[in-house]
Amino acid sequence: MSLLITDLHKTFDTTSALRGVTFELPEGQIGALLGPSGGGKSTLLEIIAGLQSPDRGDVRWQGRSLLTIPPHRRGVGMVFQDYALFPHMNVFDNVAFGLRMAHLPPDEIRQRVSEVLDLVGLGNFKRRNVTTLSGGEQQRVALARALAPRPALLLLDEPLGALDRALRERLLVDLRHILRALRQTALYVTHDQEEAFTLADRVILLREGQVAQQGSPHEIYHAPADAFVARFLGMENIFEGQVIPQGEAWGIRTPFGVFPIPGVGAPPAGRVRFLLRPDGFTLTPGSPGSLEGVLREVSFRGMRQRVVVQVDGEHIQADFGARVVLPAVGARITLWFWPQEALQVLVG
Amino acid sequence: MNSPSVSTVRTVDRFQKFLAAAGWWFPPLAFLALFYAWPLARILSLSFARQGQYAPLFNALFSERTLHVLGFTFWQAALSTLLTLALGLPGAYLFSHYDFRFKGLFRALTGVPFVMPTLVVATAFDALLGPRGWVNLGLMSLLGLSRPPITFANTLTAILVAHVFYNTTIVLRMVGDFWERLSPRLTAAARTLGASRWRVLWHITLPLLSPAVLAAALLVFLFDFTSFGVVLVLGGPQYATLEVEIYYQTTGLFNLPLAASLSVLQLVCTLGLTVGYARLARRVTRPLEGQRVHHKLPRMRTWRTRLWGAALLTILSAWLFLPLGALAARSVVRLERDRAQFGTVQRGLTLDFYRMLNENPRRSLFYAPPATAVLVSLGYASATVLLSLALGLPAAWALARRENTFARWVDPLLMLPLGTSAVTLGLGFVVALNRPPLDLRASPLLIPLAHTLVAFPFVVRSLTPALHSIRPRLRYAAALLGASPRQVVRYIDFPLVGRAVLVAATFAFTISLGEFGATALLARPEYPTLPVAIYRFLSRPGGSNYGQALALSTILMLLTAAGMLLIERLRIAEVSEF
Repeated sequence: MSLLITDLHKTFDTTSALRGVTFELPEGQIGALLGPSGGGKSTLLEIIAGLQSPDRGDVRWQGRSLLTIPPHRRGVGMVFQDYALFPHMNVFDNVAFGLRMAHLPPDEIRQRVSEVLDLVGLGNFKRRNVTTLSGGEQQRVALARALAPRPALLLLDEPLGALDRALRERLLVDLRHILRALRQTALYVTHDQEEAFTLADRVILLREGQVAQQGSPHEIYHAPADAFVARFLGMENIFEGQVIPQGEAWGIRTPFGVFPIPGVGAPPAGRVRFLLRPDGFTLTPGSPGSLEGVLREVSFRGMRQRVVVQVDGEHIQADFGARVVLPAVGARITLWFWPQEALQVLVG
Repeated sequence: MNSPSVSTVRTVDRFQKFLAAAGWWFPPLAFLALFYAWPLARILSLSFARQGQYAPLFNALFSERTLHVLGFTFWQAALSTLLTLALGLPGAYLFSHYDFRFKGLFRALTGVPFVMPTLVVATAFDALLGPRGWVNLGLMSLLGLSRPPITFANTLTAILVAHVFYNTTIVLRMVGDFWERLSPRLTAAARTLGASRWRVLWHITLPLLSPAVLAAALLVFLFDFTSFGVVLVLGGPQYATLEVEIYYQTTGLFNLPLAASLSVLQLVCTLGLTVGYARLARRVTRPLEGQRVHHKLPRMRTWRTRLWGAALLTILSAWLFLPLGALAARSVVRLERDRAQFGTVQRGLTLDFYRMLNENPRRSLFYAPPATAVLVSLGYASATVLLSLALGLPAAWALARRENTFARWVDPLLMLPLGTSAVTLGLGFVVALNRPPLDLRASPLLIPLAHTLVAFPFVVRSLTPALHSIRPRLRYAAALLGASPRQVVRYIDFPLVGRAVLVAATFAFTISLGEFGATALLARPEYPTLPVAIYRFLSRPGGSNYGQALALSTILMLLTAAGMLLIERLRIAEVSEF
């Protein structure tokens, strides 16, 4: 019982938008399609909705292929980035549109429209003209409109992309509550990892038309599969090293010294890329690993501060809490870390 | 609080500003008062002057002839509009939904018919479908017929076909552009909400498109309603619209009071239509909130869409481009039957028609060789350029500063000549400028003045945005980057305004070259303009007259096309308001 995407391919003129995308989203869960712009996310949604057809591959819902079903019979709802509210209808008529298409009796339509408008907190907006609404209100109307016909699957195409940050964070929390309360199966497209991590049960990271990694937000954050994923998540400390045996376990020879490799089992042999997690460092001495360098940059970001430390010609990022007292820029600094937590060998 | 001296200074300052503004406003407003308002007032007074029991206007209103003319004017305009929509709407869909090879070129070419002088269009359709046109002559020689099998000239069909030729581009542009701006996500949203294709068309696309369709239809109707040259030449004597009737009453019957009354009728109708159009147009240009998403158009993929697209493009090309091509080709080909040898046609390329333009076959002293018409037209056009720039620049300058409510009021006033039919303008000149101190009947400036009146709104509309775009900040920025005041003028002001001035001048030039409605009433026999000369040749019998009409029309067509090409090249994107 789920949405199953298998081996989707789509090419426009000469550029490939999708190159074999496969993933599964269990019913009742919220999935986030995360990735940089141009990664094929919107194309994927349009194929699922039936607005585009794939060159190859299949879209299945509850085991049945959707590809032969025209979009208006798929039971897939969609919230568009620019909301796509019908400008010639008021809020009520916009939300009622899908119900009217389903030929529901007027009483039922009135009741259902009230219900979903209450759900998104716009209960007394029914007669308003949609062009007079603010961006956040338009977004809520678009959500209500998509939810009204009780779609089996809801698609959201960067629905918060056009809003300012504070509003976005508030709407994101509301959206999460609403979707959870309805146990709505939903697929949410975004390029913002915070949005994806906040909202989703399952994150599917797309890169150039292929799935780079998928899993729970926790899994992806704590074990990025490759350099692309790590960089996309804002972790830039990626270096090369040589895997060497270290007694019974394995170690890695890096430009900054030799460190033990965490985890069980043999890592890939030879030269590998590894990540030093920016959040894995401390200034308190006592950990087995340490890096000595010069503090080059400090940028204050509210709850945390990010520093750049130059170690043997390489630049290393490290994140500290806002209250941590740092030496002056240009002074020497020692970064302490536990290799098991901070060091991670990357596959790709 | 202001001290009294400060407020005095302010008042003086304001007064000086007012004087300066008034200085800019004076030339254009004086011109419009003298050559637009005064002639119209004369027309009104003529039609309301009491003669016997009723004023001429009321006599005219109750005459059967007038009602018939009025009825036909509305009928042909409505029919033409419907046909234009029938061809234009599918075209607008094609242009707004698909990308295809040479689309840009094709799009640009569809604008060509719109700017062609009416006499060129009339001759072009005659060269294609008239008794001596390609189609009839071809069929005659193919089937061995002795008479042309297709009757096109002097039919209602001819009028309708030419009107569709003229105005299809309006539908293509207005509806097509609007359609393209409608976000495809609106239809996509409706589809995901369970609407089938037809219900999307009915509930979403049509309601959203309707203001654009209505505005385009109204504009097309307005042009068809005031159409003059096409009806006069292609419709023949049995079809008269209001415009043509005013012309007949003025030049043929010298019934100026009746002509004036018909003009008032015409004015009332066009005014109503213009106001309606302006309202709709404002709704069309209002941006749809949050729907400015740029998207790439797909190519035609399935065979069905390809076939459909190809068929539509073929019809559009045949209708919009073939006549002009036929005209140019017909002007260099001899296809006349030799009178002695019945049934055989002398064929071959020839430049005889052009050579004849320079001849005076009867050595008549009063006969001006047709080539003079070219010179006369060029002379009038140059004078029109100078006049309309001299009046348009101050007007545009005053408008561009838009600092007072006065400018907002005057702006639509300056556009009034646009909503007045050319024949009415010409008639106004005839009845108002015929006695001292304003007796201009013999003045060589009479026609350039009339042309300036027609060109004036276009000139102002081309200049104002360019002048407006020179914001002080651009000058400051240039100065801060080290430009001396002279360099600012050279590198900022001049490039921005210079192009616009050239565009405005070209507009005035080409409008003057092709103007026929007012000129037909005002031109003196010894100084015919190109359209007047073409009209004369067309209304005379004989192969050589016909050939010369073809040659002159081709010259006028090429001159107009060159002018419009120049405008397209010079126009800075989004600076113009057209």
